[in-house]
Amino acid sequence: MTDLKTGPRVDPAPAAAADAPARTAVPPARGATWARRLTPWGYLAAALVLLVAFTYVPVANMISYSFTDWDGVSPDKDFVGVDNYVELFTRPDLFHVFFVSLFYLAAAAVQIVVALYFATVLTFRTRFRNLFKGLLFFPYLINGVAVAFVFLYFFKEGGTLDSVLALVGVHPKQLWLGDPDLVNVSLSGVSVWRFLGLNFVLFLGAMQSIPAELHEAAEIDGATRWQVFRGIIAPSIRPIIGLSVILAISGSLSVFEIPFIMTRGFGESKTFVIQTVKLAFDFNKMGLASAMAVVLLAIILLITWVQRRLVPDERADRP
Amino acid sequence: MKRRALAAVLLSAALLAAGCGGGSGAGPADDSALSPADPAKVSGDITVLTNRTDLVTDGTMQKYADLFKKDYPNVTVKFEGITDYEGEVKIRMNTDKYGDVLLIPNSVVTTDYPKFFASLGDAAAMEAKYTAAGTGKGKVGGKVYGLAGFSFINGFVYNKDVWTAAGVTEWPKTPADFLAALQAIKAKTGATPYYTNYKDGWPLSSWSSVLGSATCDAKASDNLPTSDPWAAGGDLNAGDTLLFDIVKNKLSESDPTTTNWEDSKGLLATGKIATMWLGSWSLVQMQDAARKAGKSPDSIGYLPFPAQVGGKFCSVVAPDYQSAVNIHSPNKAAARAWIDWILEKSDTAAVNQAVSALKGAPLPSALKPFTDAGVQFIDLAQVNAAKVSEIDNLSEVGIGKPEYRQRLIDVARGAAEGDLAGIFADLAKRWSEAAKNVG
Repeated sequence: MTDLKTGPRVDPAPAAAADAPARTAVPPARGATWARRLTPWGYLAAALVLLVAFTYVPVANMISYSFTDWDGVSPDKDFVGVDNYVELFTRPDLFHVFFVSLFYLAAAAVQIVVALYFATVLTFRTRFRNLFKGLLFFPYLINGVAVAFVFLYFFKEGGTLDSVLALVGVHPKQLWLGDPDLVNVSLSGVSVWRFLGLNFVLFLGAMQSIPAELHEAAEIDGATRWQVFRGIIAPSIRPIIGLSVILAISGSLSVFEIPFIMTRGFGESKTFVIQTVKLAFDFNKMGLASAMAVVLLAIILLITWVQRRLVPDERADRP
Repeated sequence: MKRRALAAVLLSAALLAAGCGGGSGAGPADDSALSPADPAKVSGDITVLTNRTDLVTDGTMQKYADLFKKDYPNVTVKFEGITDYEGEVKIRMNTDKYGDVLLIPNSVVTTDYPKFFASLGDAAAMEAKYTAAGTGKGKVGGKVYGLAGFSFINGFVYNKDVWTAAGVTEWPKTPADFLAALQAIKAKTGATPYYTNYKDGWPLSSWSSVLGSATCDAKASDNLPTSDPWAAGGDLNAGDTLLFDIVKNKLSESDPTTTNWEDSKGLLATGKIATMWLGSWSLVQMQDAARKAGKSPDSIGYLPFPAQVGGKFCSVVAPDYQSAVNIHSPNKAAARAWIDWILEKSDTAAVNQAVSALKGAPLPSALKPFTDAGVQFIDLAQVNAAKVSEIDNLSEVGIGKPEYRQRLIDVARGAAEGDLAGIFADLAKRWSEAAKNVG
């Protein structure tokens, strides 16, 4: 461990350079073997230290908090065993909020399909291809807080959306965020707008790595666009689609940023993570909130595992 | 296999580090911060944490620090303005470094005060000098740990021009009168009679300050653990019912979910909004907004909760943040000197229209209509403050949080199922169950 942390970050480079000829010429000395073994760790050190310090230590902390009754401020905390988990699983209202995730899950499905569509269209030669690529990816570059504020004005009564609809002669009476049946649709719509670009770029990147000969061969054989998509594109980018699905599921279970800023979780728009944050910081139930976070982590790990079992990640056929 | 071993090592190292994070050293021996007798003998650098980032950036705080330096030549004051004060300071309090002088975050439980803050003096001595609103909440075991230097009263801030235009010139004396006044405003002026600030939430939570104002009972807060807070005739019942009726009669903004606090100030100043329930701290901001809009600051008025006991209105004097001295501070005397100086020598109370915690200090000018009308000011007893917040957190009711009033508004405007009695019954049930467990 100490080697990992204190190990030189610059030194390994010359050591490796010195190693390279040694490997081919004479059998390496004992010291050299060690140096060679340590070299990759030297490269990894910075990343590992960051990963441990900012991911694993906090997660370990969270797990340890989940067994206490800590209020988030007090210097004392009592070990309460699995009490928090017992409370969590005996309070159905805490899981009720997962219904909200269904809206985001449906939105994520729409998002993947639309992203696939645009990526496929833009894989073929289209006019203003780069412009469209830019337009589609642009929202993803905007900071989430800014997106939330923009859409607050967008959904406001008499705001952008209402004005645009009025231009085409539609005068809707409903409140986009005020109507409990609409609020989650509006919010998940924002999330589609924002994350479409990411899916799109992932798909496009994967599609462009498909060898051009396949497309040419298909064209010579007279395949339609739909046949090309089903026969060539879809199988080639399966791993990326799989990844997108996992991201979509875990993302829709842990939605936070956009609803938290836009609605602070009022009415029907409260998600699981917003509820966790409220319990932790409004009601000082850090222990219970940590337990909820651990359970969310477990659920996402489980879903990922199941998904990997159902759709094994075969290597895409590459010539 | 090797990879597994490494992962195990990493994980156990992480757990170890997590375990070590919890321990903290015992507090230093000297844990009191009494008012220094001789300014010349006080020395040291102190850091003051504040939520008033605006005063730090515009140099007002530095001006105070310069004046302070004239009285205490050996003390240097630095400021740290923190935007997300509650959230950030709470986390910093897990370490020793949370400034020398700070405002006590609301989430810190009263019984924990002695673990974090230096004692400011014996309760008896403090109570002789300061009002009950100032010392009440920070009292633990006969000593005072936090001093709320400034308090604010509670009522409705309103636009006088709009109210006059609607023909309402007298303060309503009952909730029914109040609703009738709002109705008249809606009919005659076209202004939004009441603005809930539902979306930002925190302005809604000031409705909890109705405690004591409706019944004129100084024990309104202390009685919470042993009673049903929403029982008929109680303060919360009166306040929440009024809010419910305002929304139900469509006397509030049509889309509460897209409200905006910053905008609401200008809207009130220009007469697009007539009324909002807020603490008297808001008066300064509303008057500023009026000036910016080219209106007279005098158009901003303030009126008490529409209920009278014995022919008199009542208004609770609610303490603002409490100032405290970090128990780990090496310069406690200097820190205490700053707290005293701000309260006694600076113009903070006057500028903010706040009620000073010093006994015998004059009331701010904006409250003159209140004193003229003979409104009774009540200092709420805070003996059970710790218990109340414990029950509140355990039950997840959130008397001082916006959630349940947002739900109330949702029900009132027909966006959620239920009725007022049902909401009150549910709240009361959760409250009494938690109260039993806190005991």
